Amino acid sequence: MAIVVNRPKLTFAEKCYLPSIFAGLAITWKHLKRALFNKGIVTMQYPEEKWDANLPEWYRGAPTLVVDENGREKCVSCQLCEFICPPRAITIKPMEIPENDKWRKVEKRPEEFDIDMARCIYCGLCEEVCPEEAIFLRKDYSITGLNRAEMVHDKKTLYKLGGVMKGLTFKWNELK
Amino acid sequence: MDTALILHFLTLPLVFLIWTTFLKTFILLNVVLGVVSVTVFAERKVSAFIQDRTGPNRVGIPMTLIGGKKDIPLWGLGQMIADPVKLLTKENFVPAGVNKFFFWLAPKLVLLPPLLVLAVLPFGSSLFGVEMTIANVNVGVLFIFAVTSLSVYGITIAGWASNSKFPFIGGIRSSSQMISYELSLGLSIIPIFMVCGTLNINEIVDWQIKNGWLVAPYWPHGFSLDQLLHPKDLLHSLVAGFSGERVLLWIPMMVSFVIFLVSIFAETNRLPFDLPEAEQELVGGYHTEYSSMNFASFFLGEYAAMFAGSGAIVSIFLGGWSLPIIPDGSHGWVWGLVNIGTWFAKVSVILLFMIWIRWTLPRFRYDQLMKLGWLGFFPIALFNIFLTAIILAVVHH
Ligand code: SF4
Ligand code: SF4
Repeated sequence: MAIVVNRPKLTFAEKCYLPSIFAGLAITWKHLKRALFNKGIVTMQYPEEKWDANLPEWYRGAPTLVVDENGREKCVSCQLCEFICPPRAITIKPMEIPENDKWRKVEKRPEEFDIDMARCIYCGLCEEVCPEEAIFLRKDYSITGLNRAEMVHDKKTLYKLGGVMKGLTFKWNELK
Repeated sequence: MDTALILHFLTLPLVFLIWTTFLKTFILLNVVLGVVSVTVFAERKVSAFIQDRTGPNRVGIPMTLIGGKKDIPLWGLGQMIADPVKLLTKENFVPAGVNKFFFWLAPKLVLLPPLLVLAVLPFGSSLFGVEMTIANVNVGVLFIFAVTSLSVYGITIAGWASNSKFPFIGGIRSSSQMISYELSLGLSIIPIFMVCGTLNINEIVDWQIKNGWLVAPYWPHGFSLDQLLHPKDLLHSLVAGFSGERVLLWIPMMVSFVIFLVSIFAETNRLPFDLPEAEQELVGGYHTEYSSMNFASFFLGEYAAMFAGSGAIVSIFLGGWSLPIIPDGSHGWVWGLVNIGTWFAKVSVILLFMIWIRWTLPRFRYDQLMKLGWLGFFPIALFNIFLTAIILAVVHH
């Protein structure tokens, strides 16, 4: 059905634009004058001023790997994250934990764990899928590099960014 | 050849005319292109301030490049150099399927007319006895119209040669818009000829120095240095210089001024009349397919056109290089420089006004634009001519 749009009847002053043009000029002039004296400017000077303290708790920054409170790598190299990652940013090379290791019972851990940050889309699916709660999206967002190779986070970087995550799953903790 | 002979040769009338003209052209061209880059910076700064932002504030002196600890930001003034350097060093990409020759030609055609307009604008009185106009021609104003209407070719050709629909629509819009507004532009200026009795811009400026600026009916006979020192004389000349004719003529002059100003906005494709570009609908309008220096030519052309348009407004309506009380260049070269400074200051004010308008008003819809041109300005400008004629006839009989 056709809709009839009612056009309002305009007065002469409205039709000849001029009053509203002057009103508009007055408004922009007010802002210009205020900004000239550095007042009312809402821009944040980014690298010097940051919003980091105000990031929400659920913020999805760069994916990172974490260790538990006993210093054990939580990742067991199940490679589920590698398979779910939509842009295929994750590459894992699993290894067996040697006989004499303290965490022999866990059996596997990653030998290499690379996340290509040039591909990652910060979707958080890896965090979602991980059965061991080993991978978390933390609050780092300014990931930069001068070439593609620099954009790949290897295992060391990932653990450095991730740090320790306490009190989640305890199934490998023999003391509990 | 010894120096005396060279001096003699240089002061031969024809030779003198030629080399001073070349010098004037060279200096004016460089100054204007410099002013363009300052205008772009001003545009970015003013737009930022109007929208409560800071605008460019980083690019200054890059001390870190030469081993310093910290860059000196200089309020972002370095942006004026950084922008052109960026444009110059980008890849000049020519899309497949364009008409190469016209694609190459169009940016030049856009840049040329505004620079040609500068030739007839008196940007100062005189310096060391040399007139500060590149070409003092009798058809001054007509020359401006003839040349500015050429710039539509550049835009239309750019739109057509790009072989892409957005530029094409932009080019078509531009041609119809320019033709429509050229009409009111031309008609709005006729009352000025009737009042001043000349087409020569230098003479129009002289008329304004004698009778007051066209948009301000004051009596400059009352304003001169020695008269200011004798209040009695001042009062006398103010009263004697008063004429009802000027006050009456002020009405059509203001109408002409407004129409001329708005038409210049339309001619230079500035918001609220920037339909040929219209980023939101047409990507970038006629220059969508251009990059690097070719794009920069369009950019330069637009701002040079703004400058030339402002120069025309200042020279025709705002008294050119004149200010009350300030004498002209024949009283010494200092005054000559002051006059030139005055002209550039007035032009800057108009440029700032254009920027201010741009960041205040939304874009017109296309039918509104046409309606305003044909049903608004065209009849008013026509009526204005008759009004001026009637006033002149009544006053003189
Ligand atoms: S956040 Fe998404 S894209 Fe990034 S690594 Fe995890 S699954 Fe892959
Ligand atoms: S991070 Fe989690 S999902 Fe990915 S391999 Fe390790 S344990 Fe499996």
